[in-house]
Amino acid sequence: MSDAIISVRNLHKWYSGVHALKGVTLDFRRGEALGLVGDNGAGKSTLINILSGVHRADKGEIQVEGRPVSIATPRDAMALGIETIYQYNSMVPTMSIARNLFIGREPTRFSVLGVGILDQKKMAEESVRAIANVDLHLRSPDALVGELSGGQRQGVAIARAMHFKSKVMILDEPTNHLSVKETNKVIGFVRGLKEQGVTGVFISHNMHHVFECCDRIVAMARGEIVLDKRIEDTSIDEVHGVL
Amino acid sequence: MKRLFKTYLEKPELAGLILLVLLIALFQVRSHGVFLNQDNLRGILGILPEAGLVAIGVTILMISGEFDLSVGSVFALMPMTMAVLMVHGAPFPLALLAGLLVCAAIGLINGYVTIRFAIPSFITTLGMLFMARSLTVVVSGGFPPLLPADLPNWLFTSFVGPGNMFRMSFLWFAAVAVLTSLMLSRTNFGNWIKATGGFLPAAAAMGIPTARVKVVCFMLCSVLSGFAGMLQVLRLGSPLPSIGEGMELQAVASAVIGGASLAGGIGTVMGGIIGTTLIRVIDNGLVLSHVDANWFKFAIGFLTIFAVVANAWMRKRAKAIKMEG
Repeated sequence: MSDAIISVRNLHKWYSGVHALKGVTLDFRRGEALGLVGDNGAGKSTLINILSGVHRADKGEIQVEGRPVSIATPRDAMALGIETIYQYNSMVPTMSIARNLFIGREPTRFSVLGVGILDQKKMAEESVRAIANVDLHLRSPDALVGELSGGQRQGVAIARAMHFKSKVMILDEPTNHLSVKETNKVIGFVRGLKEQGVTGVFISHNMHHVFECCDRIVAMARGEIVLDKRIEDTSIDEVHGVL
Repeated sequence: MKRLFKTYLEKPELAGLILLVLLIALFQVRSHGVFLNQDNLRGILGILPEAGLVAIGVTILMISGEFDLSVGSVFALMPMTMAVLMVHGAPFPLALLAGLLVCAAIGLINGYVTIRFAIPSFITTLGMLFMARSLTVVVSGGFPPLLPADLPNWLFTSFVGPGNMFRMSFLWFAAVAVLTSLMLSRTNFGNWIKATGGFLPAAAAMGIPTARVKVVCFMLCSVLSGFAGMLQVLRLGSPLPSIGEGMELQAVASAVIGGASLAGGIGTVMGGIIGTTLIRVIDNGLVLSHVDANWFKFAIGFLTIFAVVANAWMRKRAKAIKMEG
């Protein structure tokens, strides 16, 4: 398919004898918000971990913008423009927003062998802009992430992904443990992705959240895709039925 | 409250610094002005670099989320290695290089074993504490070798500066302190250390080579400890196999008193130095104030518990604080 930004073909993964992914084939289309749903152990985390470089597939092919790629580390995934935002582990609470935005991708002046002096001025300026771009109102980029609420943290994580021009943003259970108000904020962020031309992959247990912000639903069960429909062609009941 | 928490995270060494100033004032009064006189300061500053360098290494390692109990043994093994090599005719620079390489290797083993087998560094380095101490005695053959007479003491232990206030070792210590401080606060590698210790899953997910970061911190810690041991041996003039015993715990106490968190991610090089200075000041000040010197360990113990309780309390308060958005 020509408008696919990521295509996976016949992806398999075994975890010490358990067949966690049984030949998954799926296209993630450009600019689309895709909701990935399924029970625990359905294989959605496995699929996401393979795309974000945490695990490697045992068999199958991944193409990004039509080219076959190998994603061995989170760094590889990020270099391809695939950014993953995890439920908890995307921010270091003891560090400032500005520092968190640039973790692992710090702008440096005169670096030797990849280690160099931080360009703190650039970090401060760019983090102010990055946060403003996702409509997040925070007092200062020097505030510690530990001081932020759960929704604000997801907002900063999304701002980070936007800043680094990611093409695909994978959000793994971003609304878990959030209040209603905070959840709405995150759903707003996901809707905003489309305007920026970013493909969103939204993983959630909560069908209502998925239906609120996605264009397409993919349901997985027992390592396989059991449903793949446009949101207007299906219903929460139908999705529940196949799981 | 929020501001207090912020201050604690940005300057975790502040409480230690305030305590240090208060204690210096107290000892100055109690010792009738002897404490801050030139001779006494010379004494304190002369031995501070040794414990201070160890504390810098331990503090950085703790910020990265790990722990090293073997520093006291490495402190003894490094100069013993040098002494034995020099007795067999090796020139000083070669012996120095070999000694530092031994330290780096020990740090590498500590780090590799801890990460490869996913065991607590407390255990790895506890084992290394015994092994390195044993090696020290074995290579010395039970008799401390005699150091050659032509050692470059001018480079490491001679008194310099106005009124011969400092030993050269203090300049090494100051240089290392400035460099490691800058590394931690101004370089991307420092950012990685804090991220690795602050929240490992996030650091790993963002593509930081966390295992390599930790191994480098282990190696830095061992190398600084060994270097400090060499400074002490050059000052004392004889490589005793028993030096540095108990040092590992004092170094941890220094780091913790200076505001470093046992959980990692929080701490500063300056904090470790303030913690060390505090311990040295208490050691010296108690004697000068005619207090029974056996209270020394009591004071260190009390301070350490106090510091950790205060840290834990701050963290608990921090959880309750949220910023309005």
